Amino acid sequence: MKRGSHPGCRPALGCCQGPRRDQLQLLHSPRGSVVRWRGQSCDSQQDALLAGIGVLTQDTLWCFSQVKGTIEIGATEADIISTVEFNHTGELLATGDKGGRVVIFQREQESKNQVHRRGEYNVYSTFQSHEPEFDYLKSLEIEEKINKIRWLPQQNAAYFLLSTNDKTVKLWKVSERDKRPEGYNLKDEEGRLRDPATITTLRVPVLRPMDLMVEATPRRVFANAHTYHINSISVNSDYETYMSADDLRINLWNFEITNQSFNIVDIKPANMEELTEVITAAEFHPHHCNSFVYSSSKGTIRLCDMRASALCDRHSKFFEEPEDPSNRSFFSEIISSISDVKFSHSGRYIMTRDYLTVKVWDLNMENRPIETYQVHDYLRSKLCSLYENDCIFDKFECVWNGSDSVIMTGSYNNFFRMFDRNTKRDVTLEASRENSKPRAILKPRKVCVGGKRRKDEISVDSLDFSKKILHTAWHPSENIIAVAATNNLYIFQDKVN
Amino acid sequence: MAGAAGPGTGPVAAGGDGDDSLYPIAVLIDELRNEDVQLRLNSIKKLSTIALALGVERTRTELLPFLTDTIYDEDEVLLALAEQLGNFTGLVGGPDFAHCLLPPLESLATVEETVVRDKAVESLRQISQEHTPIALEAHFVPLVKRLASGDWFTSRTSACGLFSVCYPRASNAVKAEIRQHFRSLCSDDTPMVRRAAASKLGEFAKVLELDSVKSEIVPLFTNLASDEQDSVRLLAVEACVSIAQLLSQEDLEALVMPTLRQAAEDKSWRVRYMVADKFSELQKAVGPKITLNDLIPAFQNLLKDCEAEVRAAAAHKVKELCENLPPEGRETIIMNQILPFIKELVSDTNQHVKSALASVIMGLSTILGKENTIEHLLPLFLAQLKDECPEVRLNIISNLDCVNEVIGIRQLSQSLLPAIVELAEDAKWRVRLAIIEYMPLLAGQLGVQFFDEKLNSLCMAWLVDHVYAIREAATNNLMKLVKKFGTEWAQNTIVPKVLVMASDPNYLHRMTTLFCINALSEACGQEITTKQMLPIVLKMAGDQVANVRFNVAKSLQKIGPILDTDALQEEVKPILQKLGQDEDVDVKYFAQEALSVLALA
Repeated sequence: MKRGSHPGCRPALGCCQGPRRDQLQLLHSPRGSVVRWRGQSCDSQQDALLAGIGVLTQDTLWCFSQVKGTIEIGATEADIISTVEFNHTGELLATGDKGGRVVIFQREQESKNQVHRRGEYNVYSTFQSHEPEFDYLKSLEIEEKINKIRWLPQQNAAYFLLSTNDKTVKLWKVSERDKRPEGYNLKDEEGRLRDPATITTLRVPVLRPMDLMVEATPRRVFANAHTYHINSISVNSDYETYMSADDLRINLWNFEITNQSFNIVDIKPANMEELTEVITAAEFHPHHCNSFVYSSSKGTIRLCDMRASALCDRHSKFFEEPEDPSNRSFFSEIISSISDVKFSHSGRYIMTRDYLTVKVWDLNMENRPIETYQVHDYLRSKLCSLYENDCIFDKFECVWNGSDSVIMTGSYNNFFRMFDRNTKRDVTLEASRENSKPRAILKPRKVCVGGKRRKDEISVDSLDFSKKILHTAWHPSENIIAVAATNNLYIFQDKVN
Repeated sequence: MAGAAGPGTGPVAAGGDGDDSLYPIAVLIDELRNEDVQLRLNSIKKLSTIALALGVERTRTELLPFLTDTIYDEDEVLLALAEQLGNFTGLVGGPDFAHCLLPPLESLATVEETVVRDKAVESLRQISQEHTPIALEAHFVPLVKRLASGDWFTSRTSACGLFSVCYPRASNAVKAEIRQHFRSLCSDDTPMVRRAAASKLGEFAKVLELDSVKSEIVPLFTNLASDEQDSVRLLAVEACVSIAQLLSQEDLEALVMPTLRQAAEDKSWRVRYMVADKFSELQKAVGPKITLNDLIPAFQNLLKDCEAEVRAAAAHKVKELCENLPPEGRETIIMNQILPFIKELVSDTNQHVKSALASVIMGLSTILGKENTIEHLLPLFLAQLKDECPEVRLNIISNLDCVNEVIGIRQLSQSLLPAIVELAEDAKWRVRLAIIEYMPLLAGQLGVQFFDEKLNSLCMAWLVDHVYAIREAATNNLMKLVKKFGTEWAQNTIVPKVLVMASDPNYLHRMTTLFCINALSEACGQEITTKQMLPIVLKMAGDQVANVRFNVAKSLQKIGPILDTDALQEEVKPILQKLGQDEDVDVKYFAQEALSVLALA
């Protein structure tokens, strides 16, 4: 690994995306990502339901679509989903799990006579991306758990994705094959050898159609560049590079080159005892190939410009909100640690998730976020017990919807939250087997804080902290969401008549 | 079977009797789809043999369609296939049928692996030359258009490399279309395609009419040079070199220079790096006048750029830039406009910059002559010889020959020696290794007397270094020195010291003696080897450490051919026989091997 960088002028594996696909789909589908407003016609059964939900609903009605994964309780550790990601068209959805597997779901073609089954996702390909390893030099086990998956923009008929565990990033190609060569010279179709003496003419194999086969092949392995655990990977908009971030360093790779990467950020202090801050997440700007952000355990975000210098140890912008002294406590620093950072699709905003809130920052304003949403403020009084059961260190992720108008992030008790940035309405929904009937509308949930618990409300004390929703994904242009609840993947869609 | 009779295949036997000559071909064809990549690769590499056996007709109608659909294979197989198809015209029936090769190459030009795509494009370019002008417009140009308007960027990037080969031979109407396609690729949505177009811009400009260069290429160049992605902008710098060569000085000044000036001051360091990296080419392309007016000031800025990578790239170009200046007035320009900046770089904060400068700075002495070198450059060399970074010192030492020609090395030797000694004793063994590599060169420059006085002891000290790689390099170094200074010198200076180590208490040092003998015996010749070295080797056969004993066997095997038969029979043979009965298996093994190699068994 080299410190410092070089202007790569070689073509890389990146990819193409014609006119921005999300825009295209918006044009073609009248639904698009336009949220549906309350009061539009619904069928009678649901009218009643709606009335009951009343003002608590958000404007989009979410209904159950599918659930993936085993029903049995007590699933094995390896089945726990550790990352979820739609590709750039929303055609494919990938999940990674603690067992090192990647499962890719493909959206079924929409058929006109089955409107309600629009776009169900079915398994397209499953493969073992990472295996458990052992670092003999450091006597450390390296888990196979998939930390992140990132899709590359599509470049030809095949699909490409990056998957990473703690140490090694891999580039996978997922491709289809529907033809098979037939005809041998030295053996017949059943594989029996022919007598060489009977060969009087040469046969050239012919390709015949066969059942569709989906293959996943590892194309590149980017290893040996990270001393600490990789927490993020992000593909650059130049399509030829990507970065990988661990606790203390960020490296820049070219997709074509596996034996060399450039270290662009290094916050490791000369003396590890002086360590006060770690990198928690990093992402490239969606359009400007030169900018990226990284977040830290101190609740700050740094924006770096790779044009200015080969080493980006010095940031060009520093986003930090002054601490409210009245809220200061033993847990302040822990709960302010940022667990995820995401650029909006427009590239104008960044969203960060810390333990109790989601914040939206304008790239042009560094001193405070423009929006702050409380995810589960009722936990503020429980921090002590959450510290004791380690839940306070859970790393919740957050996502934008296709038009950057709604934000989604997870919570405990299989709850997940949505915030509409325009109407400022928020909703808590639950991913559970109980209401997993096809097209069943998700009822908003409410956690009660005081003494009086109303019907349908859940008391803070009865929340199940072992059921956490850390990873979610939102279709790039439609209201389809994927929610990972331990070993199950739930897919919800907005209600369509 | 009509087509199967190519050269090398006999007439086809009729009836049930198989044709023996068909069998190997049948195996090759079957192995095109073997599970084992190596076998598939092997078959693809013999594709011409298969095609020859099938004949031109069946190659066209059966083999090529099959190959067109085999793009699922491993990269190395696809790469070999793309390469083979470039030389296939004869095997499909000559130039009239060259277009049959386009479909498989077209599908190879869309795979995701860059090396395969590039090879497919290379083969397509080759084949384009074999098309008749009519076939070119009927088959090749449509292929280029298809690729250029493909859905996926892989095909569009491949198209970029094909415009320049079909343009010169196309009719005017088609030429206009080709230009139109190239234009649209230059403003493609994906940076990958714009990069491919930018990197082929110069090549395409060369085959265009001058008017079109001015009216079409220059605007494209200007656009690419101000692309929002710096990875595109930096490629425009390369195109600049080719375009500049095509234009007159006035046009150059008006059409290209504003863009080049802008690139030299780009916000992104990677673009400025590219300007620095391509500086010599740019300098040659724009000519001496613009160089003096524009490039020299730009170069000064690059030498003091805020980004170390840029300064390092510029520092690398110092010598070439100076060499390429017009001889008239060169000295003044260098002294007044370049040297002040170089002086700054000698004490740069970044070691890559300093070491880049150190690798070329000595070259300036030939350009500036003796007096300037002594007065202005020598202080810089001396400062760099004292630099804290070993790489800087090594780069100076490795280029001493340039200075030696101009002022003689004596001027430097006072400072040189401490620098060498310090490097020779550096804590990092890689640094020690690097300086050892330069020893023969230094010895040649400094002469035998200086060497004996000052450096010989260093060379001997390396023989007992605690790192094996250093001891090994030191042994090779001795051999090179003997070749340089002759056997008499070896006999007086080196050999006695080496042989003394044979009775060192450390067995590793005793083994070094053997390794030295292995290396030196040939250069020293029969007499020294027999009289001085052999007795020591033989004596060591009784060493208590088995490693030493089996190395004795190996040494004897090595020096055996230099010895005369008497020595072999009377002295070497008994010892090897004794070692052949050794209690240690390795000693036995090497002794027996030596006996059989020397034909003494």
